Amino acid sequence: MRAVTDATIDLYAGEVHALLGENGAGKSTIVKILAGVHQPDSGEPLIDGQPVTLHSPAGARDAGIAVIYQEPTLFPDLTVAENIFMGRQPLLAGRRIDRRRMHADSAALFARLGVKLDPGRISRGLSIADQQIVEIAKALSLDTRVIVMDEPTAALSATEVARLFDVVRTLRSGGAAVLFISHRLEEVFEICQRVTVMRDGRHVLTSELAGLTADDLVRAMVGRQMVERGAGERGTAGELVLRVEHLTREGVFTDISLDVRAGEIVALAGLVGSGRSEVARAVFGIDRYDAGRVVMRGRELRRASPTGAMAAGIGFVPEDRRQQGLVMDMSVQQNVALASLGRLRKAGLVRSAAERAFAADWAVRLNLKYGRLVDPVSRLSGGNQQKVVLAKWLGRQPALLIVDEPTRGIDIATKAEVHRLLVQLARDGVAILMISSELPEVLHIGDRILVMREGRLTAEFGHSDASEEKIMAAATGQLQEAS
Amino acid sequence: MTTTVTERREPAGAPPGSGSRRLTERVFRVRESGIIAVLLVFVAVTTSIQPSFLNQQNLQFLLINTTVYALLALGETMVVVSRNVDLSIGSILGLSAYVSASMFGHHPGIPIPLVFLIGLGIGLACGMANGVTVAVGRVPSLVVTLATLYIIRGIDILIVGGNEVTAQTLPNSFTNIPRATVAGIPYLAIAIAVVIGIGAYYLRAFRSGRELYAIGSNPEAARLAAIPVGKRIFTAFTVSGAIAGVAGVLWAAQYQTIDSTAGTGYELTVISAVVVGGVAIFGGSGSAVGAAVGALLLSSINSALNVLGFPQLWLEAISGFLLLLAITLDRIISVRLTTALRRRSPGVGT
Repeated sequence: MRAVTDATIDLYAGEVHALLGENGAGKSTIVKILAGVHQPDSGEPLIDGQPVTLHSPAGARDAGIAVIYQEPTLFPDLTVAENIFMGRQPLLAGRRIDRRRMHADSAALFARLGVKLDPGRISRGLSIADQQIVEIAKALSLDTRVIVMDEPTAALSATEVARLFDVVRTLRSGGAAVLFISHRLEEVFEICQRVTVMRDGRHVLTSELAGLTADDLVRAMVGRQMVERGAGERGTAGELVLRVEHLTREGVFTDISLDVRAGEIVALAGLVGSGRSEVARAVFGIDRYDAGRVVMRGRELRRASPTGAMAAGIGFVPEDRRQQGLVMDMSVQQNVALASLGRLRKAGLVRSAAERAFAADWAVRLNLKYGRLVDPVSRLSGGNQQKVVLAKWLGRQPALLIVDEPTRGIDIATKAEVHRLLVQLARDGVAILMISSELPEVLHIGDRILVMREGRLTAEFGHSDASEEKIMAAATGQLQEAS
Repeated sequence: MTTTVTERREPAGAPPGSGSRRLTERVFRVRESGIIAVLLVFVAVTTSIQPSFLNQQNLQFLLINTTVYALLALGETMVVVSRNVDLSIGSILGLSAYVSASMFGHHPGIPIPLVFLIGLGIGLACGMANGVTVAVGRVPSLVVTLATLYIIRGIDILIVGGNEVTAQTLPNSFTNIPRATVAGIPYLAIAIAVVIGIGAYYLRAFRSGRELYAIGSNPEAARLAAIPVGKRIFTAFTVSGAIAGVAGVLWAAQYQTIDSTAGTGYELTVISAVVVGGVAIFGGSGSAVGAAVGALLLSSINSALNVLGFPQLWLEAISGFLLLLAITLDRIISVRLTTALRRRSPGVGT
């Protein structure tokens, strides 16, 4: 199968070049070719006009190409400095590692990048943003000329993104060519000079960004206009489904009270680390809480019991679908059916035919793109994996669906489908609690918007009186300082 | 621990000048510090109850008993930090012990260094077989070495039959190896300590040593970083086998009666020592020194239970319990440390 046909991208030294496209458009394939993981059937990358063949990750490295992944793969037990210099540590006489120089060199790299990181600490526990910085420092230490960033901002908070962009600007002025992949168009306009758009494995356009609008890019990516959700489609809030009263977990979140009614989408906004996911996990019974209570349709839930939460009608789509939402080695149909096995069972055994019919039904309803239902779910694109997680929970017909970053790292068209799906569910009477770091998403589909900062609820907005500025102000604490 | 937690607001990139915090932190970062503390407390408590625990004879006995385990623990550490395990060392030790010791009977007057070379050769061959199967065949090491545990023991049994090597056939110069002392300390213990020191230094200060940790810490990232994963793992198993071969000869010199059961179950004791000594069972961290201290602690526990007059029947259960206790403590400490580090991560915007 051809994933990418006839793709040409020119990267110049000292530019940040955006690569855009829906998932499945072929961006990942290009990244893998440049990383030396996949080999192209025809054509080849040229550096300074010379063709290079990238047979392996080492080959790509030697050719001066570095890839910064969305979630870097560091050695968690080793120090930051060792992560940067693994296999290339500076040596003393007798081929012994010169640790002092390794740490000094690392510190110098961080200084060049303008960030503060301790080269001597082990990398376990570093935030994703810091892990990316370590990878970038590694690229810098290799005199890398081409840096590919594959959705580096997907898991970062706003301040972390700002710091990353400062680093990218430093790289750019140092003469590096950066290929920047992101689904967030506003970031593309902020940091990039030129753009290449791909669709269905083909090159659609390459152009200077100046003069283009977001609409132009979206049209080029999806080949059609995006449908906005009009105000008239908004569902009406019905009976109370979830009530959270004074929920507190010491050191994590404090005195959280909120209601979610049938038919409404309550968006929980705030910076990464403000405690939103932790509240959701506590409500669903994954984490314990120290005080307060969770009431579902009039009945108090037992603490720390996901089984109880499920029985009470809560569905939970976690933030990290690869690790918490899906069993990656199991098939699409097994994953879809996983939360509904009780209903697909006959005499204690899960009937494969029933499982298949159940999964096929949901695949159609959610417009799932897959090869075969028996393929492992790991073969699906990120957006389609997310649909599988949604299908898994929707199959239980939950009264309340908690979704944590439902569209992280998925492409614009699938994102729109997920949004449509959530709105449709709300209209069908499901109560939805959505955690999201993407303000356009929060503003777009949230009926009510709650904002958390440092473990506390700091603001609530209705759909009509919310704005990005107000939410950011409440999330960063500028609201209180201003008043 | 409290230091790191209370100062979590300080950015992690703080200059190295902030003295006392750095010191406590460094002590904490040394995973072995916990186990050394446990050992010291244990020795202190035992001695206070029964002062004869620390007399010279008992100490010599303790050190000699530890040498074989500590040596095996060095090889096992190399394997375990790379996220593998070598279960076959007990069988390799047994085969090497019998074959090398029986040389004295078959060829009287054979030079002792040659006997050690024979043991080394047997260990090398077994270790390379393990290494090739794991590294090239990509078979999980647990399965491979479980199989070779039985295969090598089976070969041992075929060779030994119903025979045994007895002390009479062994020359005194051989059986005296574990007994020679300098200033009351067995020569052998000193030699083994030096070997372990060299091994630990290799793992710490050389690229290929660090790469073993990298492989154990994140095998996928190791491949992406162009580390020759297969070659390193092959080397680790080869060294582990070779060490078990040499340990077999030492075992023969020490126990002098060798039948086909020699070294049975040693692999589990050694893995216990390694884990007690702070080597993470899923690889990536720990040191050979820690593993040796772990071996010393296990021998001390056995010896103390004897000295304190615990009935022999209780020994296994109690040492198992103490093992669990030590590992649980170590686990709690490392989880806490991780949390503390996570909190201290500069975490812009959180």
